[in-house]
Amino acid sequence: MEKIAFTLNNKPIEIEVDANDILLTVLRSKLGFTGTKYGCGIGYCGACTILVNGEAMRSCTMAVSEIAGQQVTTIEGLAIGDDLHPVQQSFVMNDAQQCGFCTPGMIMNAVGLLNDNPNPSREEIVKGMNDNLCRCGSYNRIADAVESAAKSMNGGTK
Amino acid sequence: MKAEEINKLYFGDVDKPVRTLDRRDFIKKLGGGLIIVFSLSSLAFKSSKEDDHDKRSDDASDLNAYLRIREDGKVDCLTGKIEMGQGIITSLAQVLSEELEIPLEDINMVMGDTDLCPYDAGTWGSLTTRFFDPLLRAAAAEAKVELILLAAKELKVDADKLQTKDGFVVVKSDSKKRISYSDLTKGKKIVKTVSTAPVLKKPSEFRTIGKPIISTDAINKVTGKAKYSADIQLPGMLYASIKRPPAHGATIKTINTIRANEYEGATVIHEGELVAVLHENPLIAEEAAVKIKAEYDIPESKADDKTIFEHVLKTAGFWKNTEEKGDADKAFESAQFKFDRSYYDGYKAHASIETHTATATFEGDKLVMWVSTQTPFGTRKDVAETLKMPIEKVHIKQIFIGGGFGGKIYNQQAIECAQLAKLSGKPVQVAWTRREEFMYDMFRPAAVMKIKSGVNKEGKISAWNYSIYGAGPRGTQDFYNVADLKTGIWGNPDHPFGTGAWRAPGNNSTTFARESHIDIMANEIGMDPVEFRLKNIVDDQIKAAVNLACKTFGYKSAKTGKNRGCGMAIGLDAGTIVVLIAEVEVNPSNGKVTPLRMVCAQDMGQVVNPHGATVQTEGGLTMGLGYALWEDIEFNWGEVKTRNFDTYEITKFTTTPPIECVFTDDMETPPQGGGEPAIITVGGAIANAVFHASGARVNQMPITPERILNSLE
Repeated sequence: MEKIAFTLNNKPIEIEVDANDILLTVLRSKLGFTGTKYGCGIGYCGACTILVNGEAMRSCTMAVSEIAGQQVTTIEGLAIGDDLHPVQQSFVMNDAQQCGFCTPGMIMNAVGLLNDNPNPSREEIVKGMNDNLCRCGSYNRIADAVESAAKSMNGGTK
Repeated sequence: MKAEEINKLYFGDVDKPVRTLDRRDFIKKLGGGLIIVFSLSSLAFKSSKEDDHDKRSDDASDLNAYLRIREDGKVDCLTGKIEMGQGIITSLAQVLSEELEIPLEDINMVMGDTDLCPYDAGTWGSLTTRFFDPLLRAAAAEAKVELILLAAKELKVDADKLQTKDGFVVVKSDSKKRISYSDLTKGKKIVKTVSTAPVLKKPSEFRTIGKPIISTDAINKVTGKAKYSADIQLPGMLYASIKRPPAHGATIKTINTIRANEYEGATVIHEGELVAVLHENPLIAEEAAVKIKAEYDIPESKADDKTIFEHVLKTAGFWKNTEEKGDADKAFESAQFKFDRSYYDGYKAHASIETHTATATFEGDKLVMWVSTQTPFGTRKDVAETLKMPIEKVHIKQIFIGGGFGGKIYNQQAIECAQLAKLSGKPVQVAWTRREEFMYDMFRPAAVMKIKSGVNKEGKISAWNYSIYGAGPRGTQDFYNVADLKTGIWGNPDHPFGTGAWRAPGNNSTTFARESHIDIMANEIGMDPVEFRLKNIVDDQIKAAVNLACKTFGYKSAKTGKNRGCGMAIGLDAGTIVVLIAEVEVNPSNGKVTPLRMVCAQDMGQVVNPHGATVQTEGGLTMGLGYALWEDIEFNWGEVKTRNFDTYEITKFTTTPPIECVFTDDMETPPQGGGEPAIITVGGAIANAVFHASGARVNQMPITPERILNSLE
């Protein structure tokens, strides 16, 4: 067991864990941030996507030690009070979710994508989102949502 | 509903002792207000298009849902149905809002709670809208009559001079004279049973039905607040990691759990074939479970994914002819052009992104559970029987479901979780890993379809002899108007693992076979496949849907360009007519298929929420591309080798083409199914599109590059 300090949703936090513990499990069962989901456990489906320093990462294949000193954002940290993040807002307006289980990972991946490329083309969105899976088949609506979020954010990403 | 309200409603008492409601006198224990009770058996509002297959869905003798206008004027709609992404949390509220004349945000949907909601057999078969819409509207209409009678007394105005609007009863001639529903129900408790068909609003009077509405649960889902079974975290809860055998049917020969016991805080359970490690840290539970050493007796392999179809043909038993007209055998013998083909469809996984999960805790002698299930009442029964508990001592609570598609009708994980909670005496969560999910899925069954048909040179189908092995009769009723026809069903083949309902059960396999065969016949006699279909179909509604699809697509011919082609498939499911035109490009050197476009026309009667219906259709078509082109399970009898998404390829962003959905405008007929129907046409439309793009006729799904190249050789 060792102490690991990092920033979670803009708040500094220190936890005692086994350094090799999987970040997803720590976020969910130790810290209670259950918005981030388990889908495949091999980093393939993207349900567990979070932001580390603004970059979309897979928390199900990440050791908790990797985030020491880093800024971690989960789906719970995206909205400010009742004000949804533009990507969240855009998902609602485009009805880009059905069962909603892949949705947190989709949104985090989209925010990471827009942080990296604030004005993506449709093709860049589709390619940048391609490693996130949705069994309900909402892909076209999700791509629409990301596209309109990019427009509404007007090149600004935060 | 606001996010916090939903959470309060769903999870308000997670940490508190759970209130016990005895179902037999639930009405007595409900609060005050106006309560409307109705049962399926007492009403004759059922869909006109329902078939026998669907009748199993609801226990007709039971009260089936009810609504309650609370003393604060808000309305609870209590239904045993569950929300798994199909959008009924929104569309049912929309229907209530329409008929009861109340704002949508005043409706609380209480779904799938076995203590609060009346019995429901399960959420499947695209039944909710077909069965509940008329019932809910009837209940709302009954409530309105009662509210008007109450208001007449209060306002001292004749009932016929009153109307309802936006949560008020209003004097028709003077809209300032009004009284709210809450003022009418405050301090009262009135229970009404709907027994006769009340007067419903006419479609021309609709203000909400037919209008696109954004999902009411969207905000919860985009903020991560929507809770699924694995998100329930109880004080002192232990996570289970179950030791699994290497194959279905394997039994434990020897087992050694000593090394798992060495982990501090680990509880090792070994009860019959159930072997598990429980720990408050799921990672330790998993690590310890790996340390359990076991040897198994594994049944001998009878088939693998290459030989399974022979095995299905050998072991399926004849059930019955579901349709017989004239003499199909004689008509085949004397046909001008004869066709004798077989079609194959392999096992498919449901592959919901949420794996099967259950969380359980004992509150005194009562077991409370949150289960990712399409059948909360069935789950309650299974759990009660397994633990030998009275059924009323098991309470399955409302929860969001992360996709079902038929896979969450079966709830092995709930039984495992309940057993482990009982044996350990602690709250327990069982969340299957993806590997477990693929192993214990109740797969869409492998199926073989054989068709012998005849056609004359004018393009009239003269004979149709259809033999179906393992897929069942759903959606196989002839609509090509064949005079001499026979459809025979062979059922219950010997499968190596569990099989079950998969979004429109059986209909994906049989529609693929029929629509491929229709295309083959048209092509062989040199006729355009759409013209050929229209020549044989007599039903005006189906013709209209075909024409709408063609017009929307801009259909001219099946060949659309170099290496490009489009294919049509028509299907009937859950009362809905589906016509799909899919366009693909096939790379002739490597056989790779790129879907380019899909246009889907449907006649689903009255479309309650066009937006929701469109989302469901797009979803079904997107999902359907997976089974048509990529999804395949590799196995050696009970040993399932495809165990994660890296080898089970579902549709992705880059493989989803633009999709256009259109509906025939039919507001005057009752609503039909929407969640399942569209997906049934994808296999046939893609197979036909691949043929017209490349010349490859593939008779087995998935239509892989390898099969395409083999066909071209």
